[in-house]
Order: sequence, then C-alpha cells, then structure tokens
Amino acid sequence: MKLLLVGEIRDGRVTAESAELFGFAARLGVEASMVLVGDAGDLPVFDGRLYRGDAGHEFDMTYNKHIVLAAVEREQPDAVVFLHSSFGWELAPRVAFAMQSAQLSGVVGLDDGGYVVESCNGKMRRTVRPLTGRAVLTIQPGAFAASPMAGTPEVVAIDAEPDAAVEFLGCIQPERGVDLSRTSVIVSAGRGVGSADRVELARALADALGGEVGASRPVVDAGWLERARQVGSSGQNVSPALYVACGISGAIQHLAGMKGSGFVIAVNTDRDAPIASVADVLVVADVAEFLPALTAAIQART
Amino acid sequence: MNILVCIKQVPDMEGHFVPNAAGSWFDEAGLAWRMNEYDAFAVEEAVRLKERLGGAARVTALSIGPARVVESIRKALAMGCDEGVHIDDDEAPERDPWQIASMIAGFAAGRGFELVFAGMQSEDRGSAQVGVLVAERLGLVCATGITAFEWRDEAMIVERELEGGRRCRLRLKAPALLTCQQGLNTPRYPTLPNIMKSKRAALAVLSPESVGLESPKVSSGNFRPHEPNAAGVILEGNVETLAAQVLEILKNRTAVLGKGGAR
Ligand SMILES: Cc1cc2nc3c(=O)[nH]c(=O)nc-3n(C[C@H](O)[C@H](O)[C@H](O)COP(=O)(O)OP(=O)(O)OC[C@H]3O[C@@H](n4cnc5c(N)ncnc54)[C@H](O)[C@@H]3O)c2cc1C
Ligand SMILES: Nc1ncnc2c1ncn2[C@@H]1O[C@H](COP(=O)(O)O)[C@@H](O)[C@H]1O
Repeated sequence: MKLLLVGEIRDGRVTAESAELFGFAARLGVEASMVLVGDAGDLPVFDGRLYRGDAGHEFDMTYNKHIVLAAVEREQPDAVVFLHSSFGWELAPRVAFAMQSAQLSGVVGLDDGGYVVESCNGKMRRTVRPLTGRAVLTIQPGAFAASPMAGTPEVVAIDAEPDAAVEFLGCIQPERGVDLSRTSVIVSAGRGVGSADRVELARALADALGGEVGASRPVVDAGWLERARQVGSSGQNVSPALYVACGISGAIQHLAGMKGSGFVIAVNTDRDAPIASVADVLVVADVAEFLPALTAAIQART
Repeated sequence: MNILVCIKQVPDMEGHFVPNAAGSWFDEAGLAWRMNEYDAFAVEEAVRLKERLGGAARVTALSIGPARVVESIRKALAMGCDEGVHIDDDEAPERDPWQIASMIAGFAAGRGFELVFAGMQSEDRGSAQVGVLVAERLGLVCATGITAFEWRDEAMIVERELEGGRRCRLRLKAPALLTCQQGLNTPRYPTLPNIMKSKRAALAVLSPESVGLESPKVSSGNFRPHEPNAAGVILEGNVETLAAQVLEILKNRTAVLGKGGAR
C-alpha cells in the first residue's frame, strides 16, 4: 500500500498537524509521499517525494485540486490522505469526485482492515470500508500521533493555472479576550445549561473554585458568553488541572480543545453522552440542580 | 433567483442509539426526529436572502429519506421556503454521501438553481461531503463552513471558518453552493399561521431512480457506542449526595481546593 499525504501550509509554514499525516502512515506501516500547495519557507522533514505547487492561494480549491490530482497521476497511490480540517474537508470531496473514488471522513482509528469513524456527534462509532480500489481519507486531527521524521524530500514541482472563480479578500483574526490557556480551573457551560441566566450557575461554581468560565460553541453563538471563552478546535486549546463540562455533549471538536485537561468532571443528564469518553467523573444530573448544590458544598466545606 | 436548500432529518442526539440487526447503522425505533442543525442555518439564510430580494426569488427545500422526512420539509416551508421536494427513499439513512449527492445533483441538474445551500455536515453521519460533491457534479463554485453571508452587487461575500477562530473572507459569483456552519444566523421559529399553511402545501414526490441514484462507494459496519473512559466513574442519585461525593473527589484527587481553604 502507498499513500499520498496532503500537507497544509498556514502563514507561510507547514502546519504542525501535517506531521500527523506521517503518523497515520506509520500506524499503517506503509510508504508515503506528500503534496503541498501554497508558499512555504520550510519543507517537511521526511525521506520521500514532495510534490509542490506554489502559484495559487490557499483558498483557490480548483487550483489545489489540480495540483493534488497531478501528484496522484504521477504517484499512483492507493489512498490520498487529508486532515479533516477546514482545508481538508473543502478539498477532499473535490479530489474524490475527480477520482470517482470513495471518501471516508474523520478517520479516528484502524479496525481490521477498515477505518473507524465517529457518528451521531461522537456518541457512536462505526467501521467504514472503501468499495473502490483507491480511496480518499480525511483523518481527525489529534487522532494519530505525529511521528518523528528525518531526511530531505525530493521536490517535484507541479504547474497549474490559478483559478479566479473565488476571490480571496483576506483573513480575520479571532477576537482577543480572556486567555484560558494558563487557567488552572475551567467550568464550561454547554447548550444543556438551557439559558443565558443559567450560565450564572457555572460562573458561581467557577468563582467558588477560583477559576474561569468557558463555553461550548452553541453557547457562544447564542451570545450567552463572549466568543473568546469558546473551547475547541475553532476556539481555544486549554489544559487546566480541572475541567468541569456542564451540559456539554462532548463532540469531537469540543474535545479537541480540552483533551489536555488534568481531571475532567462532566455533568450531563445523558449517561451515554460522548463526554464520558474523557471524563474522570460523569455526574448524571440536571445542571440546574447539581451546580448550586456543588457550589454550596464547596463554600460550606471545613 | 432560484434557490435550493438541502435538508436532512436526523435523530435527536440525546436519544439512545442501538445498532440495527446488520450492525451497519442505528435502529430507528424509539428515536425522536428533527431537522439537522446545520440545515436549519441553511434554510434561514436562504429565506433571508429571498426576503431581501423581494418577490424575485423562490426557495425550494429538498430532502431525501423515508416518509418521516416530510415533517422536516414542512418545517422548512413554515420557515419561509416556497416549494417542497421529497425524494422518497426508505434506504436513504444508510446510503453513503456519494449516493445522496448523486440524487441531489440529479434533481438540480437543468432546473437552473443559482444558489444551493446545504449544511456543512449531518449530525449523525458527519461526513461533510454531500455539499461539495453536489457542487462538483453541477460545476458550481463552492465554499464550505460559512459563518457570514452577504449578497452584494450580484455576487456574494462569505466568511469561511478556519481553525482556532480564524476566518477568511471570500467573494464568489452565482451559480454557487455554500455549506452552512453554526453561528451563521439564528433560525427563526415559524409562526402558527405559517405552520398551518405548510401542512396543506403540496410536495413534489420523486423516486431515487428518477433522479439518478448511483451505487455506493463505501460499506459500513460494526456500529457501536463510543467507549467511555475506562478509568472514569459514573455517579447517579440525589443531588445533595452527588455534591458531597464530588467534593470528596475534588479533595482527594485534585489540588484545586488548596490547603484547607479558598473563598
Ligand atoms: C468545523 C467545526 C468546528 C467546531 N468547533 C467547535 C468548538 O471549537 N467548540 C465547540 O464546543 N464546538 C465546536 N463545534 C460544534 C460541535 O460539533 C458541537 O455541535 C458542539 O460542541 C455542541 O455543543 P454542546 O455540547 O454545548 O451542545 P449539545 O451537543 O446540544 O449538547 C448538550 C448536552 O447537554 C445535555 N443536557 C441537556 N439538558 C441538560 C441538563 N438540564 N442538565 C445537564 N445536561 C443537560 C445533553 O444531554 C447534551 O449532552 C464545531 C463544529 C464544527 C463542524
Ligand atoms: N438525505 C438527505 N437529504 C437532503 N440533504 C441531505 C441529505 N443528507 C445530507 N444532506 C445535505 O448534505 C449536508 C452534509 O451532509 P453529510 O455529507 O452527510 O455530512 C447536510 O447538511 C445536508 O444539507
């Protein structure tokens, strides 16, 4: 088996996550080459062929597709592997369609010749197998550990014409605000808290523990807490000593931001909630009843 | 302007999922159903655009699935879509993204849709493929995971979400397909008169074959629950007792309460 890995460049550098693609190849124990689109000052460290196209912009997916397909043409891989990222989920189906191949999204593991993917917002898993000879995969960031690499790749330049259908107008940086990355206690509110008022129950517990409040994405989208408090793949990465997840189901994008926490307590009415996969303690209870009780117990302790 | 919105009906994710007999997907017994969250953003954005453009726009809501999905199509109509299309397919829940996209594109081909809205992913399958595959089949410009949409000078300016809260702004022209991400808008609650009206609306019903259903590209098996943390404990019962138990755990297993005192 032979893989073509599609690396990513951001702000002129190859992203750290791109090394997870090599980690995936190492888990399978197979040969891999890489293709990169965009302009990077550095090159990935590995011993193999590196296909490069540097004429388009990161968001010109038609150009990116042509570069990847040209690399597929020369390399003849059994699978083309992307990260399941904003770059990967946008580009992978285009490549899969052009190759008339199966695509498997968000691979988190390997299972008896098949690929494990999550279903039902992370509550369930299943094993998916391609029915086509070649396949396109997107692997979940964080699921496969990056492997240490050495060597200098043999660079193969690929030419393609940039496409003008999508005009890139620039990037917007996230709002600055509270930095939760060094906080030692975070009490996060999820959609299960039910209302903006009830977010105060999480805040009261955070105060009693001398910590900060965090949030899942729907809580921020609803305006119950400010955007800067969002934990997850599109928010902050946190690693407190204690993380209390209140009314948070535990979707993979949320877990991605808090997996590094020391001790995790989850409060949820659903005992099957996927947050249980990372919780040291799952308290099966209604946040509206349990949070005030815990806050009171902490305040009353001797 | 002729607009298409693709909606999927999904189970309430708080339900209890049990594998079906083949272990390929979940058994539908006992589950409650609703519109995929991401598709509600798609419906809302399409209806807002139509309202902005005045009488010149029409929105068609399409769903593929068994009879139950009619309820979600009617919800889309009650939110302001003009026409409902049901591709009546009992096998749809287990079809792969390739097959679903073959039907949506087969329906849309030749009908002159200038804008197609889909969800960025379905909550149950989470593949994030169908929208892009439809765009590739129809030769549409496409952007995924949009969190802002603005129609200006016969073109659209969208924001796409990237990692870590970063966003990029893109300008594209119709015909295009956009997939909608959380935070794009707040879907409206339909009014009672609109709900009543949507109940009477006639839907177009089509068969999978008539819109070009293709064969699958993947097979699925061993559908199973996510393993809980093997070292974790699950506590249930009276809240006062639970609070006391958790306080003990905090004292014994973490250092967050400090030496005998905080506030
Ligand atoms: C590209 C992408 C990026 C994303 N980035 C992020 C991100 O950075 N951060 C993030 O959080 N999400 C992110 N998401 C969204 C993510 O997939 C989930 O939709 C989101 O995390 C769900 O938030 P939640 O757990 O608060 O809500 P839900 O999934 O709705 O869960 C609510 C939970 O509360 C429980 N509950 C309900 N009532 C009560 C009660 N009274 N007491 C106790 N429990 C109760 C329910 O059982 C359920 O488990 C992203 C999604 C995508 C597609
Ligand atoms: N059965 C269906 N009927 C209509 N639209 C669908 C269906 N399945 C998926 N879609 C659309 O495709 C999007 C992405 O789905 P998926 O690729 O399954 O994650 C959804 O948000 C819907 O907009």
